[in-house]
Amino acid sequence: MEEILNQYETVHPNDAKIWFKAGKISDFPTNRGGCIKYKNKQIAIFNFTRRNEWYACQNACPHKMEMVLARGMTGSADDIPKIACPMHKKTFSLVDGSNLNGEDYKIATYPIKVVEDEVFVGFLD
Amino acid sequence: MIRVIVVGNGMVGYKFCEKFIAKSGQEKYQITVFGEEPRRAYDRVHLSEYFGGKTADDLSLSTSEWYAENNITLNTSELIIDINREDKTIRTHLEKTHTYDYLVLATGSSAFVPPIDGVEKEGVFVYRTIEDLDAIMAYAKKIKQKGATEAAVLGGGLLGLEAAKAVRDLGLNPHVVEFAPRLMPRQLDKGASDMLQSKIEELNIGIHLNKATQYIDGKESITGMMFANDELLKVDMLVISAGIKPRDELARVSGLEVGLRGGVVVNNQMQTSDPSIFAIGEVALYNQNIYGLVAPGYEMADVAAEQILNGTKTMRETIDMSTQLKLIGVEVASFGDPFIENNDVTAIVYENKLSGIYKRINVTKDSKTLLGGILVGDSSDYNSLFQIYSNAMALPKNPEDLILGSRDGSGGSTLGSAMDLPDTAVICSCENVTKGAICCSILDESCSTLSDVVKLTKATSGCGGCKPMVSDLVKATQKSLGKEVKDVICEHFNYNRQELFDLVKINKYENYYDVLDHHGTGDGCEVCKPVVASIFSSIYNDTANKHVTTQDTNDRFLANIQRNGTYSVVPRVAGGEITAEKLIVIGEVAKQFDLYTKITGAQRVDLFGAHLNDLPKIWKILIDNGFESGHAYGKSLRAVKSCVGNAWCRYGMDDSAGFAIELENRYKGIRSPHKLKGGVSACIRECAEARGKDFGLIAVEGGWNLYIAGNGGANPKHAVLLAEQIDKETVIKYMDRFLMYYIRTAGPLIRTSTWLEKLDGGLDYLKEVIIEDSLGICDTLEAEMQTLVNTFECEWKQVLEKPRLLKRFNHFVNSDEKDDNVVFVPLRDQKMPKAWT
Repeated sequence: MEEILNQYETVHPNDAKIWFKAGKISDFPTNRGGCIKYKNKQIAIFNFTRRNEWYACQNACPHKMEMVLARGMTGSADDIPKIACPMHKKTFSLVDGSNLNGEDYKIATYPIKVVEDEVFVGFLD
Repeated sequence: MIRVIVVGNGMVGYKFCEKFIAKSGQEKYQITVFGEEPRRAYDRVHLSEYFGGKTADDLSLSTSEWYAENNITLNTSELIIDINREDKTIRTHLEKTHTYDYLVLATGSSAFVPPIDGVEKEGVFVYRTIEDLDAIMAYAKKIKQKGATEAAVLGGGLLGLEAAKAVRDLGLNPHVVEFAPRLMPRQLDKGASDMLQSKIEELNIGIHLNKATQYIDGKESITGMMFANDELLKVDMLVISAGIKPRDELARVSGLEVGLRGGVVVNNQMQTSDPSIFAIGEVALYNQNIYGLVAPGYEMADVAAEQILNGTKTMRETIDMSTQLKLIGVEVASFGDPFIENNDVTAIVYENKLSGIYKRINVTKDSKTLLGGILVGDSSDYNSLFQIYSNAMALPKNPEDLILGSRDGSGGSTLGSAMDLPDTAVICSCENVTKGAICCSILDESCSTLSDVVKLTKATSGCGGCKPMVSDLVKATQKSLGKEVKDVICEHFNYNRQELFDLVKINKYENYYDVLDHHGTGDGCEVCKPVVASIFSSIYNDTANKHVTTQDTNDRFLANIQRNGTYSVVPRVAGGEITAEKLIVIGEVAKQFDLYTKITGAQRVDLFGAHLNDLPKIWKILIDNGFESGHAYGKSLRAVKSCVGNAWCRYGMDDSAGFAIELENRYKGIRSPHKLKGGVSACIRECAEARGKDFGLIAVEGGWNLYIAGNGGANPKHAVLLAEQIDKETVIKYMDRFLMYYIRTAGPLIRTSTWLEKLDGGLDYLKEVIIEDSLGICDTLEAEMQTLVNTFECEWKQVLEKPRLLKRFNHFVNSDEKDDNVVFVPLRDQKMPKAWT
C-alpha cells in the first residue's frame, strides 16, 4: 500500500516542470471535487467558486489508501479551504495538505492554474 | 545562572522541562538535558503505533525549535557515566565534564530480561525503544520471507499485550506466554482475565498462561520455547516484555541510596539521599515502589520542578494506579484496589459472556464506600466510578446500580452531574487537572470556550478519556454564569438545527449558499452542508439530485460507499414482500455486474462492489423492472419490517405485511435528521421486532398498538407505547404528526430515541402535543406530511431521465476508465475488497 502513497509528493508552484491540461472549467463540478488521471496518478481537483480559487491534491486518502477524496465534501476550517474524506471524515487542508483532525498523515497538494477556460495541474515529471 | 542538569530524555524528563519553564522564577535557571538515545523524547506509551505506520517524528513529543525557544540545551547520544557529588559535576562518555547546582535523574528503566537459557539467541528481542522496534521489524520481515508465521511475546501484562498487537500488525501470529495464571496480573482478577483472554483469542492471538519457560530452543536463532511441562511452543521470534528494571547504575556508582531490588530512593520531595540530586519517573523508588505509569511520573516531574524553584508541593502519600485503556481493541480498566477481599468488603460482579463484558466493584459491607474495581469489555462507567472512588462519594442505595445502571426506569447516570464533584476531584489524571481548575478558568474569565480550557489547563490532551466530563463541566459552568450555551451546528453557523430549519422555512431559502450568505460565515463544511440539504428535503421534499454539492457523499451518488470506494445498491422491497420475478431480476443484475449479495436486516437485498461508473447501468435495469430506490444511503426511511401476518400465519391477528407496505410507501424518501426504521407485527409474538424501531406497530384485539422511539444499534432501546388499540387511520394520523414533529425539532444525526430522551417533559409532553394537540399544530404537521407524501419522486428515476445528472457518476473527469485501484479477492463463494493494511 505504501507504493500508492510514494507516488504522491507535494509540488510547489515554482518547481512545476509540466503543466498538464486537466480539462475545461466546465468539465469540473463547482464547490466539490472531480478526479483526473495523469500517468498513473489520480488527482482530485476542487473549484471553490465563492473564493474564486482552485485546489488540487492526491485522490488517495492516506488513512486507508482509497481513491475517494474527490468524492468528499469541501469546506473551510478557520478559513482554510479543506476536503473531508467520504470514508471516515478525515479532513485535510487543501493549502498545505496537513490533517486538520490532529492526526499525522497528510496529503500531497499540487499547484493549479486556470488559463482562459482551461485548467492546468503542475507536476515535476 | 543556576544550572539544572537533567539526565535522561524520556517522557518524564521532557515533562520536567515543560513544567519547569512554565513556572515563575525559572528565568534564573539554565537547563541542560542529556539523553543517550539519538532522538528527542518520544511518546513511549504509543510505541506500538510505530508498527501501524507512525514515524519516529510522529511520536516525538516536541521539536528541536522548542528546546531552542525555551533556552534548553539538549545533548542527544550522550551518556552520563559518573557523578562527582563533592564537586557537583557530571562526566559524559565523551569525557566532557559539566557542573550542576541541581541534578535530576530521569533515566527511566530498561526491559527486564528474565534469566532464561538461550535469551541471547538470534530472534529474541526486548520491546522498549524505537531501535528495538526497528530490529523487530527487520527480523520479522526476514523470517516471513522464509515462511515463518509464529512469534511469541513473553509477558501477559499491559506492555506484553501491546507487543502482541505489534507482532500481529507485522503479519505474524502472536502467542502470549505468561508465568502467572492470568493476564495483566497486576490489574485483573481471574474472571476479568478470562473475559479478556476469550476476547483476545477471538482475534487469533494465542494465550499460554501458567507457563514457566525452561529454555529457548534453537541453534543460533530461536526455533521454539520449552516450558516446564516439556511442552514445546514452536516460534521463530520472541519479544520479551516481562517488566521493567530501573536504570539506577549511575546512582549506584555515585553512592546514592538504592533499593534492594533497584530504584533510587526518594522522599516526598523527590530528593535522593543527596539533597541536590532528584530522581523522577521509573528510576525513582518512592514508598518502596517503582511506578511504571506515565501519570505518577508526570506528577513527580512537577514536584521536582517545584522543589528546585523553592515551592512547597510534595508527592502524595498514596499513588493512584488506576488505568483505563484499549488493548487490542478491548476496553480494559481498573481502579483503586481491584482485588481487595476481606470480611469488611463485598465484591459485586457482573459477567456477560455473550457480549464479553466483565465488571467488578469492591464496596464496603455497609454499602457506603467504593474501594476499587475492574472493567473489561465496556469501560464506559470508568470515569464516574473513578470519581466516586477517588472522592469517597456516597454510593446509591443499591451499589450494583453503579455497574448495572439504575433499573427503576428513570435512566440517567449513576454519578449524576459532574458538577456534584468536589473542586479537588481530579478530572484529567494524565495532566492532573482538577474540577476546580477547569471551572475556575471559566469563572475568572481567563477562558470562555472548551478549546480555551484545553489550551490553558492541558486537560484531555493525554489519553483523552476525560473529554466528555471536561466538556460537561465547561458547559455547566458557563450556564451557571448565565451565558447561553447552545449546541451550534459548526463554526459556520451560530444556530442549532431547529433554528436553521425555521430560518429556511420563513425565508424560503432553496439554496445552501443563500443560507450561508445570510446566516453563516466561511465556506461551510461536511457538517453543516448535509444538515441544510436535509432541511431542504424535509421542507420541500427536494430529492438529493437538487443539492448535489451539499449532500453527503452517499446522497451525492445515491448509493452507499463501501470499503474500497465501490458502492452498494439496495432496491426498495417494501415490507420485505417480493415476487419470484423480481428476485430473479436482482440475481441477474448481481451476476451481470459481479456483485456480492447479502440479505440485510431490513428484509431486502444488498448488492456490493458496484463501480461508480456502473451505478446508472445497474439502476436502469432495476427501474425498467419496476424497482425504485431503497434510500439505504439517505438519512430517511429505510424500511418497514414485517412478519407475514394473518394471510398465512395461524396466530396472526391482522395483515401486518400489507400495513407495513402501506407505511413504507407513505414515508419513503422523506429526509429526516437521522435514518428511520419501522416494524409491523401481526401479534404480540413480535416477529418483526417492531419495538426495536423508530416506530412499531403490533396488532392486538381491537386494533393496533403504536410504539415510538426505539432503536437497535450501539445503544439499543425499546420503543415506548404512544397509543393503544387504535385503528389504521388513527395510526397514520399519529405517525404523520410524530414524524413531522421529530423532523422539525431534532438535532442533526439524532435518532428518535435520543430526541425523546432530551425532549423536555418526555413522553407525556409528546402525547400532549401530538395526541391532544396542546400546541394547536397538529393540522399543520399533518398537512406538511401530506405534501411530502404527495410529492415523492424516485431519485434514481430522475437521474436516468436527465442525462446531465449522469455526469457525476464518472470516476474520472478526463477518462471513461473506472478506478484502477480497486482490487477484489475471493470471499467464500463471492468476493470482497482487498483488506486494508
